[in-house]
Amino acid sequence: MLAHLPILQVIVPLMAAPLCLLIVRPRLVWLFTLIVSGLAFLISVLLLQQVMASGTIIYGLGGWDAPWGIEYRIDQLNALLLLIISAISTIVLLAAHTSIRQEISEDRQTFFYVLYLLSLAGMLGIVATGDAFNVFVFLEISSLSAYALIALGKDRRALWASYQYLIMGTIGATFILIGIGLMYQMTGTLNMDDLSRRLPEVANTRTVFTAFAFVIVGVCLKLALFPLHLWLPNAYAYAPSIVTAFFAATATKVAIYLLIRFTFSVFGLSFSFTALPLQILFLILGLAGIFVASTIAIYQTNIKHLFAYSSIAQIGYMIVGFSISTTTGLMATLLHVFNHALMKGALFLALGAVMYRIGSVQLNQFQGLGRQMPFTMAAIVIGGLSLIGVPLTVGFVSKWYLILAAIENGWWPVAVLILLGSLLAVVYVWRLVEAAYFKSPLAANETVKEAPLSFLIPIWILVIANLYFGIDTRLSVEVAQAASQGLFGGLSGVGVNQ
Amino acid sequence: MILSLESMLQLSIIVPLLATIGIVATGSKPNLREAVTITASIVLLYFVTSLYQGIKQGESISVQWWELLPGLQISFSVEPLGMLFALIASFLWLVTTVYSIGYMRSHNERNQTRFYTCFAIAIGSVMGIAFADNLFTLFIFYEVLTLSTYPLVTHAGTEEAKKGGRIYLGILLGTSIAFFLLAIVSTWFVAGTLDFKPGGVFDSNVNKTVAGVILILFVFGIGKAAIMPFHRWLPAAMVAPTPVSALLHAVAVVKAGVFTILKVCVLIFGIDLLSVLPTTQFLLYLAGASVLLASLVAMRQDNLKARLAYSTVSQLGYVTIGALLATSSGVIGSSMHIGMHAFGKITLFFCAGAILVAAHKSKISEMRGLGRQMPITMVAFFIASLSIIGVPPAGGTWSKWFLLMGTMEAQQWVLMVILMISSLLNIAYLLPIPFRAFFPGTETPTGNAGIKEAPLLSLIALCITTLGCVILFVYPQPLYELAKAILATSELTHGLTHGK
Repeated sequence: MLAHLPILQVIVPLMAAPLCLLIVRPRLVWLFTLIVSGLAFLISVLLLQQVMASGTIIYGLGGWDAPWGIEYRIDQLNALLLLIISAISTIVLLAAHTSIRQEISEDRQTFFYVLYLLSLAGMLGIVATGDAFNVFVFLEISSLSAYALIALGKDRRALWASYQYLIMGTIGATFILIGIGLMYQMTGTLNMDDLSRRLPEVANTRTVFTAFAFVIVGVCLKLALFPLHLWLPNAYAYAPSIVTAFFAATATKVAIYLLIRFTFSVFGLSFSFTALPLQILFLILGLAGIFVASTIAIYQTNIKHLFAYSSIAQIGYMIVGFSISTTTGLMATLLHVFNHALMKGALFLALGAVMYRIGSVQLNQFQGLGRQMPFTMAAIVIGGLSLIGVPLTVGFVSKWYLILAAIENGWWPVAVLILLGSLLAVVYVWRLVEAAYFKSPLAANETVKEAPLSFLIPIWILVIANLYFGIDTRLSVEVAQAASQGLFGGLSGVGVNQ
Repeated sequence: MILSLESMLQLSIIVPLLATIGIVATGSKPNLREAVTITASIVLLYFVTSLYQGIKQGESISVQWWELLPGLQISFSVEPLGMLFALIASFLWLVTTVYSIGYMRSHNERNQTRFYTCFAIAIGSVMGIAFADNLFTLFIFYEVLTLSTYPLVTHAGTEEAKKGGRIYLGILLGTSIAFFLLAIVSTWFVAGTLDFKPGGVFDSNVNKTVAGVILILFVFGIGKAAIMPFHRWLPAAMVAPTPVSALLHAVAVVKAGVFTILKVCVLIFGIDLLSVLPTTQFLLYLAGASVLLASLVAMRQDNLKARLAYSTVSQLGYVTIGALLATSSGVIGSSMHIGMHAFGKITLFFCAGAILVAAHKSKISEMRGLGRQMPITMVAFFIASLSIIGVPPAGGTWSKWFLLMGTMEAQQWVLMVILMISSLLNIAYLLPIPFRAFFPGTETPTGNAGIKEAPLLSLIALCITTLGCVILFVYPQPLYELAKAILATSELTHGLTHGK
């Protein structure tokens, strides 16, 4: 059984999805989904333990050896991502029944859980597989279900948002497919490990350069790198609250994973950073993303929009860490992937609670909520502090490594810019704090009560995780360090400059 | 029950934080709630004085909690400067609590539970700052202090309070993230350690330009020291209730700032390195400008609390100058000034609060002739003013003496003149207030009839601190010895024995 964990990780939610249709009652479907997601979480914990103890796990699908068969390959990086995705999915699901009952009509609720599980299976699949074409397949599974999930939003604008995402996402996926096709044409293999060995032989051909460019652009569309982020704010703002919480914490992280996997493992470090001026490109786009998106966030009145733009800014931090391309830089990126999932999970779930009680997340609706929904608002404040990067929260840990990486590399101005960027976070977080704590509630909201426990429990699990992993950093730092060193082939600090 | 010194060290940080639970739990019964605060402050004072006895006997006290990031520990130790700061803060917390019971009640303030809770958290973080064994630990508590005092500044909840809070948080959090954190990471990168060490952590052959830039980052980043141009938060914070202005914005928060600067100068850079850095001179002049300009601005304020706030900005500049002078007298002077100014300024704020509560006056121009109705308050104001100016019989004399000596030792004549001019300005903006109160002149003040002294508890508190100003003049040895021990180059934790 233990030997089959890598495939179980993906197949359990995948098979469970259609089973939902057999269970009719929404509450039971929800319980079933929760159990399945919980199982996936358990598997990911076991996988992480195994990987940390005994190194990369290689699993041949159906007994076929790679490169003929499809191979699943779990190293520290995969294991970390699997853990993040399945953990967030499970925690978010705890609140799903309460939230969904209100936001989605009853006949579509079963449908929601089917899509949710498919999307989960897709993301887990992308991360678990070691086969480039398989990545595309799972990418489509997760994306298609994501488009449908977003379209389920109560607001009619959800349809338009979903359509935008559909167009942009499909372009991205197609680009990735073209890239994979070109690679296959040149090497005759789809196995990532095999690709990484065969690509150098043909590295100097125009086809491989083209393949690389297609893959990178496709992935960047998926991860909403500024200025390819246009699909994201509306998709997050109008999707059902649970979907937003789940996707904000996981979907873009999966794309970051793909970026790292393709550049570091498949194409290889030396090719990736010389074929395109990737370092300077990503540095500029990352920093621009931080400043532009944070500034836009300041002017939002829909709080889901606000945090959606903040997500784009946070992706900017991850990309800056990536562009530094030293073990510390990559470590900062991975830490931020982990930490940002905790922050945004908590924040969007808390917004879901506000949505549940008030039915809107406009800034003025938050007036006086500090008194009426003290626990929910306290969660938002702590999540916000984490976003700013205050010590004893997870946000501080990733920021520390990011600055350290920049300084180690001699990029002093970058370190300054990163810090200035977090000041913008102070501004947009504090607009919300002031509304919640210093204004009297709107007349319509005077009777609003605290969110139900089914919301508060998952919200506070995430908030406490925000604090816990900000205080006891052993797990996150150790795994991120191991993953980062693994990607650099065990060497530390091999920069592109060498 | 006999506790080891190590547990007392930890408890002195934990007790105020634990007190918050009691304060929240007893929130509906004000008497019980205040009893919790007072008990906590007495317990804290007991622990801190025991620690003081401990290091006087030459014990070295240190505790390590856990490693937050690889190589970066949360750890605490007791050294003379931190001891001095902790003693002052914990003693004045007790006094301020007594004062605020009188003040808050007769002023009918709302949300008193939140007030006492945040106050306790702030004191806990001040203890954390005072006993921090490395820059990293200090930074954590520094940020906690900023965040926990924010609700105190915006206590009134009015538009003005909100605006003040915005400036407060914006400058303090902004400078600490943009500069202080950067300085810390740079120090970590250049020196490989963040531990406070006698003589500093940098190699003697460190790149002077880099170290100089880091020094600038530190001085700008420690916004709590209120060096111009990052001083605006302090006047903005004056919208807070007076006990907050008194303890936090005359003692705890601002002293945490200059304390950090002093520690960075002496224990991260070391005075030998400091004196050869290319940027030290620039920062000295900047602090000098801060001293002079803030005094000039203070003269033009009619709101008493605003005048006192600018006066604080100016006095903080003294401490920063003393630290940057990198001479032994300078360091001794600035350490002593932390204590002397604390007692003087808290008294002045207590008086301002007493006048506000009893006479409902906040403008200096309206205080003419008030000495007849509030003689005790005004005498206290007079004595505390003397301490700020630095003339006998008040404690401020000593610290200013050493600071002047420091400027001479370092041959910083310009600064010496600045300090002297500023003292004259202190006279000009402080002394007229009690003088006019007692001698209103030919214009007969109107509307003062029926005003009585402030509530008894508040009055007791301000008498205690006034007495403190005088006692520190007659008996400044403990303060002096602690200040001197900071410079002891031998093992620092044994510093006190060396100081004798």
